[in-house]
Amino acid sequence: MNTHTLTPYEAPRIGVFVCDCGSNIAGHLDCPDVAEYAKTLPHVVYVKENLYTCSEAGIGEIKKAITEQNLTRVVVASCSPRTHQPLFSSSCAEVGLNPYLFEMVNIRDQCSWVHMGTRDAATQKAKELICMGVAKSAGLEALNEIESSLIRKILVIGGGIAGLSAAQALGDMGLDVILVEKTASLGGLLQQVHQLDSGVMAKEALSQIIDDVRSQSNITCYTSATVTETGGYIGNYDVKIETQTGLVEEQVGCMVVATGAVPLIPEGILGYDGRQVISLMQLEQLLQRDKLDAKRVVFIQCAGARTPEREYCSRICCMIGVKNAMLIKDKYPLTDVRVLYRDMQMYGTHKEQMLWDARGKGIRFDVYTPDNPPEVENGKVTFFQAVTGKTQELDADLVVLSTPLVPRNDSGKLANMLRVPTDQNGFFLEAHAKLRPLDFAADGIFVCGSGRYPATSTEARTQGIGVASRVAAILFKEKLVKSAIVAQINPDACVGCMACLPMCPYEAITYNRDKRICEVNEVLCKGCGNCAATCPSHSAMLRGFKPQQLLAQIGAA
Amino acid sequence: MLDVGRHPNIKLLAYSELERLEGDAGNFTATIRRKARYVDEDKCTGCGACAQVCPTPVLDLYNEGHAERKAIYSWFAQGIPSTHAIDPDHCRVLNGKKCGICQKKCEAGAIDFDQTDVIIDLPVAAVVVATGYDVFDPSRMPEYRYNQLDNVITAMEFERFLSASGPTAGHIYRPSDRKVTATIAELEKKVKKSQKALDRFEKTHGKKSDEFYAAYTDGSLKPGEDLEKDQDKWAKRVEAHLENANPLAVLKEKAKGFTTAKKIAFIQCVGSRDLRFYPFCSGYCCMHSIKEAIIAHEHDNDTHTVIFGMDIRAVGKGFEEYKIRGGNNSNISYKRSRVAEITRNPDECPVLIYEDTREQKIQRQAFDLVVLATACGPVKGAQKIADTLGIDLDRFGFFKTDPSNPLDTSRDGIYVCGCAHSPMDIPESVAQASSAAARAAQTVIKKNDQKAS
Repeated sequence: MNTHTLTPYEAPRIGVFVCDCGSNIAGHLDCPDVAEYAKTLPHVVYVKENLYTCSEAGIGEIKKAITEQNLTRVVVASCSPRTHQPLFSSSCAEVGLNPYLFEMVNIRDQCSWVHMGTRDAATQKAKELICMGVAKSAGLEALNEIESSLIRKILVIGGGIAGLSAAQALGDMGLDVILVEKTASLGGLLQQVHQLDSGVMAKEALSQIIDDVRSQSNITCYTSATVTETGGYIGNYDVKIETQTGLVEEQVGCMVVATGAVPLIPEGILGYDGRQVISLMQLEQLLQRDKLDAKRVVFIQCAGARTPEREYCSRICCMIGVKNAMLIKDKYPLTDVRVLYRDMQMYGTHKEQMLWDARGKGIRFDVYTPDNPPEVENGKVTFFQAVTGKTQELDADLVVLSTPLVPRNDSGKLANMLRVPTDQNGFFLEAHAKLRPLDFAADGIFVCGSGRYPATSTEARTQGIGVASRVAAILFKEKLVKSAIVAQINPDACVGCMACLPMCPYEAITYNRDKRICEVNEVLCKGCGNCAATCPSHSAMLRGFKPQQLLAQIGAA
Repeated sequence: MLDVGRHPNIKLLAYSELERLEGDAGNFTATIRRKARYVDEDKCTGCGACAQVCPTPVLDLYNEGHAERKAIYSWFAQGIPSTHAIDPDHCRVLNGKKCGICQKKCEAGAIDFDQTDVIIDLPVAAVVVATGYDVFDPSRMPEYRYNQLDNVITAMEFERFLSASGPTAGHIYRPSDRKVTATIAELEKKVKKSQKALDRFEKTHGKKSDEFYAAYTDGSLKPGEDLEKDQDKWAKRVEAHLENANPLAVLKEKAKGFTTAKKIAFIQCVGSRDLRFYPFCSGYCCMHSIKEAIIAHEHDNDTHTVIFGMDIRAVGKGFEEYKIRGGNNSNISYKRSRVAEITRNPDECPVLIYEDTREQKIQRQAFDLVVLATACGPVKGAQKIADTLGIDLDRFGFFKTDPSNPLDTSRDGIYVCGCAHSPMDIPESVAQASSAAARAAQTVIKKNDQKAS
């Protein structure tokens, strides 16, 4: 490819294409006049006005002009680069012009649309915008896209239902997986659970998945093992794992955090004593061992959750409470089962149906408010029944406190090691609350299950499988190819002040202790330009937006 | 959307429907009907010049019927692909009338009135069902009088009102007030026209119409010669003018008192958690209402909102915190109640009748605007889709899955995600979509492995 980086003595040959966009631009400003003006700009050797530059005919004109006029820069004045830059720059590349020698000027969204009805002013503004674009384009440099290798192996941290599901799905796709579990056995929190809301025994559901994971030759499971060190970047991580048989060093392309959460032990909450007043998890174990012996059971929801100290709703405790209340009622129909709650969080189809069914089985639900919470003392639960306006007293052989899942103590440590963020509650923080629930902002690292936020076993499994496709979308490619618009730090000018380090949201800049300068990892850099804006010695620059290019653009304004 | 539209591996067949699916996982043949757009996809640049000149207005359902679009249109401005389509129910040409203005206007030559549906067969390894949901029609609940009361709207309608590009440009005008404003505009047009006629008489006779008419009616008119032959005509014109001008004056006086809605009520579980309709919970509506109330307050700091619900289900990450923030910063109060009935007071304000369960009292409270948080139900054609695909529906009418393989339908190689699976909010949908993609990829990979061996 002819990259056309200019020698100092060679003048650029710029082609300008002015788009009418039907009437979107031409309807509100004088396109022929703008095109005439463009001819007068320095280094402009060719100008063409098109009805639609993005149409096949328009693209053909650009290609033809590059070849025939020997253009070394192309400027298109049309719509938004968000939608059309890829089309135009790749069209340039098709006829041998480096795509980074293309510049786009938005005379529609930023001109004709916002200045409808002021035709002369809009025409003038379009001219100035094009003048700026042409000035910048003269200083553009040919750049090459950044390529990096990919190791087709994944580290999954955590062997609960989420991690197992991720490993299983990735293994099924033919990728190599290393599954690291801190405890001695796979299965996570579900190992302590009696029966799932689907009616399946948790142990059976788990053993099916565990057997499958263990049988896949491309999945390596390390139990009683921890990840002690990670380094590198997407496609090429180096990890160290402390296993029972010693330190293992591995190289992986992506990492998955599936470390789960732990149930809160409700010490000091609502008379918890671990015998008559127990937690939801303790009840699961009583049911698992068939050791339940109570005629009157009271569940209290939101025990230790949705309080000023712990504001969040733990999402799954209402469902677990109702599930267990029904199990008790089914097995011992004469047991009096009551549930005291604030809001029954039985979202969706199946859970709401459970609530209808539970009521049908004779389980009684009473609402309480946080400003007047129930009290538990000497086998009695007292609460203010809002609907009747009376304080009620219930005898209870067993009080079950529905406690929330809380983040692991060591999740902060793991977050630091992986350089990923956690939220105000200590759960791992995804890249985007709505649109990227399974990604971290850092490329190549993903999150699933209750480590992100409490999830039911079905939800954790869904997320685990979901992570597999996020990983596959990266690792099934030949190599990692990314835009050349990244930062560079001039090693001769950098004084190693590290001002850029905290500005980089992608952890792409590191300090080189030997050379005493900062360095950019081009694979991690997303080209935001924060470092370039911060650098006091002007040694950090963003390619494609270098000071001389931007100053030329500003100077032309 | 843009990413999908631009992705080299994604072939986007918008405005198309699956007709048939044959074969097995790894080797399906999907028969797809590409419906006629009457616009050539390869030529159309989405510039929208056609819609500007199209003379046929059609109720804009994207804006929940609160605005108009044209018979040639794109569903909404940011839609992908931006290719326009002609609505065959309303286009004049397609209904045998004279027109074709869009064809003349289109400089890309993309309009093709002779286009027909095209049936294509595609070999596919796996299928993902992401057909979404339909919103419950609140007119099925007589007690909320959705059809009778202008100022009782759905959460989707309110969403459009809040949108800066929506029918009210983001201002929360009450629909009853908008109706009056529209009538005023209509009457003003008529009055302007009739005034012109009166102006001619006034000029000829050098007399104001009201003076003339007063004299004409009380018999004190002393017509000169030329007025003699004009007086009956003029009087008739005055009467016709007043027929519109009088109500216009009344409405204008009324409209002086119009402000945007300040007191807003949200009613949760409209059609859901209700054995008459959907027994299940729609999952996202509590948060949707809170979000709308917060945005309304951001737009206008004087709004006060009450959200009436049985439980406020703020069950996602950060949701409970958001709910509390709404209460603290956005004048939202949450009331545990299922509203029994909505009536109306004389100034068009809906009045809610409900039991305040904390006070054990029946209350009546008037609001400027009531928003119904309507349920998320299965899509209307769910059974037909299920039949075409050969998969089962669950007891609620959504596509049935197995909790241990939460994306798998009852047929191998077909996966489901999002609200087609069950009601859920955005992050859950996105996570499920990734999972369905993974399951589909597994099927594709398995097929490729078989081929290779």
